[in-house]
Amino acid sequence: MEAFKEHVGFVVPLDRINVDTDQIIPKQFLKRIERTGFGEFLFNDWRYLENGDPNPEFVLNLPRYAGASILIAGANFGCGSSREHAPWALQQYGFKAILAPSFADIFRNNCYKNGILPIALSADVITALSQAAQNTKGYQLMIDLEEQSVICPDGTAHTFDIGDFEKYCLLNGLDEIGWTLQYEADIAAFENR
Amino acid sequence: MKTQTMYEKIWEAHLVRASADEVPILYIDTHLVHEVTSPQAFEGLRLNNRKVRRPDQTFATMDHNVPTTDRSLPIADLIAAKQMETLAQNCAEFDIPLYDIDSPEQGIVHVIGPELGITQPGTTIVCGDSHTSTHGALGALAFGIGTSEIEHVLATQCLLQQKSENFEIRIDGILPYGVTAKDIILAIIGHIGIDGGNGAVVEYTGSAIRALSIEERMTVCNMSIEAGARAGMIAPDDTTYEYIAGKRFAPKGEDFDAAVERWKQLPTDEGASYDRTLQLNAADIAPQVTWGTNPGMVTDVTGRIPDPADMATADEKTATEHALAYMDLKPGTAITDIAVDRVFIGSCTNSRISDLRAAAEVAKGRKVAENVNAMVVPGSQAVKRQAEAEGLDEIFRAAGFEWREAGCSMCLGMNPDTLSPGQRCASTSNRNFEGRQGKGGRTHLVSPQMAAATAVTGHFVDIRNFQ
Ligand code: SF4
Repeated sequence: MEAFKEHVGFVVPLDRINVDTDQIIPKQFLKRIERTGFGEFLFNDWRYLENGDPNPEFVLNLPRYAGASILIAGANFGCGSSREHAPWALQQYGFKAILAPSFADIFRNNCYKNGILPIALSADVITALSQAAQNTKGYQLMIDLEEQSVICPDGTAHTFDIGDFEKYCLLNGLDEIGWTLQYEADIAAFENR
Repeated sequence: MKTQTMYEKIWEAHLVRASADEVPILYIDTHLVHEVTSPQAFEGLRLNNRKVRRPDQTFATMDHNVPTTDRSLPIADLIAAKQMETLAQNCAEFDIPLYDIDSPEQGIVHVIGPELGITQPGTTIVCGDSHTSTHGALGALAFGIGTSEIEHVLATQCLLQQKSENFEIRIDGILPYGVTAKDIILAIIGHIGIDGGNGAVVEYTGSAIRALSIEERMTVCNMSIEAGARAGMIAPDDTTYEYIAGKRFAPKGEDFDAAVERWKQLPTDEGASYDRTLQLNAADIAPQVTWGTNPGMVTDVTGRIPDPADMATADEKTATEHALAYMDLKPGTAITDIAVDRVFIGSCTNSRISDLRAAAEVAKGRKVAENVNAMVVPGSQAVKRQAEAEGLDEIFRAAGFEWREAGCSMCLGMNPDTLSPGQRCASTSNRNFEGRQGKGGRTHLVSPQMAAATAVTGHFVDIRNFQ
């Protein structure tokens, strides 16, 4: 996994609550047996018109948000299925971090395992950041994982919570399986109890 | 004396390592695997030269994208076929038992687990599918995981897990006529919202829950995830032990008696406390119908489509507007005035034999309304055989329902069973997300009884007045 320390990127606001994993990556794209190739299908049903052309109204297709790597969304982002294809699609599209008032559990776990940082901030802060992104072309944020903070262009910083272990894994790009396997003896002892 | 909830007991009994400054390592007793979320996990094992630690505690089946039509024909969808073939190869390579598409045991993973006696009280169960919470109906701690975690469990038989909050949802009283387990869980989600259970393991308690059969309990636990909960569980009791006795993988003879003695220690101790509690009265619950694009957008069958203007927050107003536009519904419309094009009876929520019996009772001697296409998809081959032995297939066919082979089918429409854009469907499944049953499809979640009644009348009806 790629390590995550600090990131500066353009911001795109997706003004919806309860964005579910069926929207993030619709099921017709879950048939692949590879881990790659999902980015182009991210938000497929919103992003493309019936004839396959990009939907000009969908926020990711607006030229002003091209190249965004930080997504701001409404509460309970990632609810629904456990498909890890959702974070894969987000990551392969180019997102490094997602900011929302809250996240669904399984989705949040899946993000950490793919080097994406899910950042929960208060609804007020999210609304303010989302508005700033709408009002200012080329709006950027800086994310400092070590300091657990999101820094705005004017220098205002918003701190966020993250578990020590998740932080450690992200900072070091750590393979969790390798971590658990160090305790093979404990696992064997447990199995023989 | 220390008192504990059932969740705490199972949690503690499975800790391989728990030191204060580390993420706990939780042992997993049973790992269920299916074709859609596993290929990349096996690939990861191969890349890192790792083995499956306990193939004997791993079970695989094919359910998500299997066709539900004639199984003697080749699979038309080549990409789906490739995914199934990949699972078969992976199971062969890593020595994992597989109930493949031709197996008499094949079925939806959450239907066959309990059916085969793989699901047992007090165990930890995971699967790369969010509805793994279903297995909690037998007093197991069961939850869905992502593909990286599947790989983790394959390699280590463990997961790195933080303990969740424990949320008691207590339903006392007697369920009114026509009100089912599906209505209980939909009413709960309507009450607490689709994020009302976030971060929590829910234990369902109370006399109304105790009165449910195991299959009904599965319906309730199944949809815990639709309230955002990590898992849902119900304490084992005599109903549970009777259900498990004699199942293929259940302990036998003296071992079974010893197991029951152990299982009897599992229920939450008197005086143990939960982080949160919610109480509802069974008598207040009516048949439920969802009207929007998530399971929390639900109302009584006697209700009407809400007006976005009445919503408490701006976010909810926008979400309701979006949902009504997608669903093509007008505020104030009576639920019973909504006509449907399709009816789907199936999914890991409602495709077990008791669900099919309930639907067949309504369908018996009646005809599916003109312009409605209705299908019944049993949850497993075993359910299908049982239903056919009871003649339910004949009842459904005579009424004009299609009778299919087992699988997830139109619950998520990965196989050819999908809604066309704009079609409206009464479905016994668990998710009414946009496009879930097919791009542009409009899903209303209901109980099997309500779905069957909707099929014959062509619009939603209150099953309580249905003659
Ligand atoms: S029936 Fe539906 S919800 Fe259940 S496992 Fe299959 S796809 Fe998932």
